[in-house]
Amino acid sequence: MRPRHQSLTLRPKAGRHLHAGPVTYAVLSLFTLVSLAPLVWTAIAASRTSTRLAQTPPPLWFGGNLFKNLERAWTEASLGDAMFNTTIVAGSITVGTVLFSTIAGFAFAKLRFRLSGLLLLLTIGTMMVPPQLSVVPLYLWIADLQWTNQLQSVVLPTFVSAFGVFFMRQYLVQALPTELIEAARVDGASSLRVVWHVVFPAARPAMAVLGLLTFVFSWNDFLWPIIALNQSNPTVQVALNSLGTGYIPDKAVIMAGALLGTLPLLLAFVLFGRQIVSGIMQGAVKG
Amino acid sequence: MSESTEYAGTASPAPGDAAPAASGGRSAWRSRLYRWDVKASPYVFVAPFFLFFGAFGLFPLLYTGWASLHRLELTDLHDSGWLGLGNYTSLLKSDYFWNALGNTFTIGVLSTVPQLLVALGVAHLLNYKLRGSTMWRVAMLAPYATSVASASLVFTLLFAWDGGMVNWLLGFAGVGPVNWRESGWGSQFAVSSIVIWRWTGYNALIYLAAMQAVPHDLYESAALDGASRWQQFRHVTVPMLRPTILFTVVVSTIGATQLFGEPLLFGGTAGSKGGASHQFQTLGLYLYDQGWINGHLGRASAVAWLMLAILLVVAALNLLIARRLRRSG
Repeated sequence: MRPRHQSLTLRPKAGRHLHAGPVTYAVLSLFTLVSLAPLVWTAIAASRTSTRLAQTPPPLWFGGNLFKNLERAWTEASLGDAMFNTTIVAGSITVGTVLFSTIAGFAFAKLRFRLSGLLLLLTIGTMMVPPQLSVVPLYLWIADLQWTNQLQSVVLPTFVSAFGVFFMRQYLVQALPTELIEAARVDGASSLRVVWHVVFPAARPAMAVLGLLTFVFSWNDFLWPIIALNQSNPTVQVALNSLGTGYIPDKAVIMAGALLGTLPLLLAFVLFGRQIVSGIMQGAVKG
Repeated sequence: MSESTEYAGTASPAPGDAAPAASGGRSAWRSRLYRWDVKASPYVFVAPFFLFFGAFGLFPLLYTGWASLHRLELTDLHDSGWLGLGNYTSLLKSDYFWNALGNTFTIGVLSTVPQLLVALGVAHLLNYKLRGSTMWRVAMLAPYATSVASASLVFTLLFAWDGGMVNWLLGFAGVGPVNWRESGWGSQFAVSSIVIWRWTGYNALIYLAAMQAVPHDLYESAALDGASRWQQFRHVTVPMLRPTILFTVVVSTIGATQLFGEPLLFGGTAGSKGGASHQFQTLGLYLYDQGWINGHLGRASAVAWLMLAILLVVAALNLLIARRLRRSG
């Protein structure tokens, strides 16, 4: 399908190299405005009162109630506890996913073993199965173990990720020269030493990207946490779900909660935006 | 790439052992250990992943199938009677199930089609040489950083009947206020808009990555043949992006089939019902409503497996289309 094209240059350039005109900038600005406006407006709404938010026209600039609303969201809607819990949950899941995906991805990329093809196929084939397919059995388990409302019930089910294994495998196939492993082997390095001194250094950029994507995913995970946990020991999404279903019927406080729950990730995007963008462009898969 | 066999054969003096002839027994033991290490390490490396994956991914998938054949109630988790296909037949007789299936389909189309079309256009613009290219990309990824819950809470307020931004803006265009939550199409459009907002920038980046891999000289020869920019987009970019477009269609379809958080929070206190007259109840919501609001976990499992069946059909269709494209291309 791809036409073979003999080019005179050694490395044929890919992509287009036309400079953008003013229309391009205008359209992109409009699109960026639509992307960012709801977030800015969340902050505006969070700085108003509930009665003001029910009036027309809606407020377009900040009011004076931001800190009062943030405080109510933090304490009354438990967002403070929720952010602490979510940091533990998303942090543990990120460590587990990155570590186990890297060593499993390395095995699939560079080592030969029985059933490896079948196991990889199984991993990829079930990569996009919706979470709905496992919530009933998971619920029965945590009910049996009396784990409802405990954080391990939301950490363990997503502690590893099929996508992560696939992502690391794809990266290591290219980025890790087989000769490097062989050289370490000839020097008598054990498998653990190979992983520590050869695989991890080579995989580091991809591990960072996978870590960021996993953290974002875990921070925002919704379906299973709202089944497994409730408002007495919530994650951020559980607390927001309680707000949405009338836990505190004050619209300004609800918006303050939405703002608080999103701020850490927006901060991460400001700091690591470049890495996250490159990770997604390397072929990340939804959710 | 067969180091296991290669080294297993040649490792009689243990590699790394500086003095091979020092003590025969110890060296033989070390070489055996080394051989065992080479052979076993791949399994050790994949074991932790498959332990968790098997327990929390594969096993529940099958167990859900078993549960769907039983009467399993939230009120008594240990009293489960065999029902055969009872849960499935009662689902297929339920108007609410078909309503949810239909809503999932219409919301899926309403959200996926505009999302991918706009993403394609935006990616095309991002592919020009831009000042601050990373900044643009990060900015349009901000909605992706916003959780389903946050985004849905904000959009619910934007689409509110009293004081909502959307109705206020529509007023300038002379359109009367729309009751977004109660109307059928209105509510489905509002729910779709949350999905569109969150995922368009993300898909634009996927398309951009594919566009950057299109060989530059294809555009050059098209330009030499007198193709305008639009014609280049239509006849060079889009055909080269076909596999990527197919990929995003599949991923978006999977996302649409399991749509849950957006309609749940858009519905407020009536969330799991998908509005007063179930006007935006999706399959994902129906499953949650059956399982954890009405307490019929067996029925919820049957909904889950029907969802899986739909996705398998989608996957089969995808394979068929991909094969046909390859043949014609």
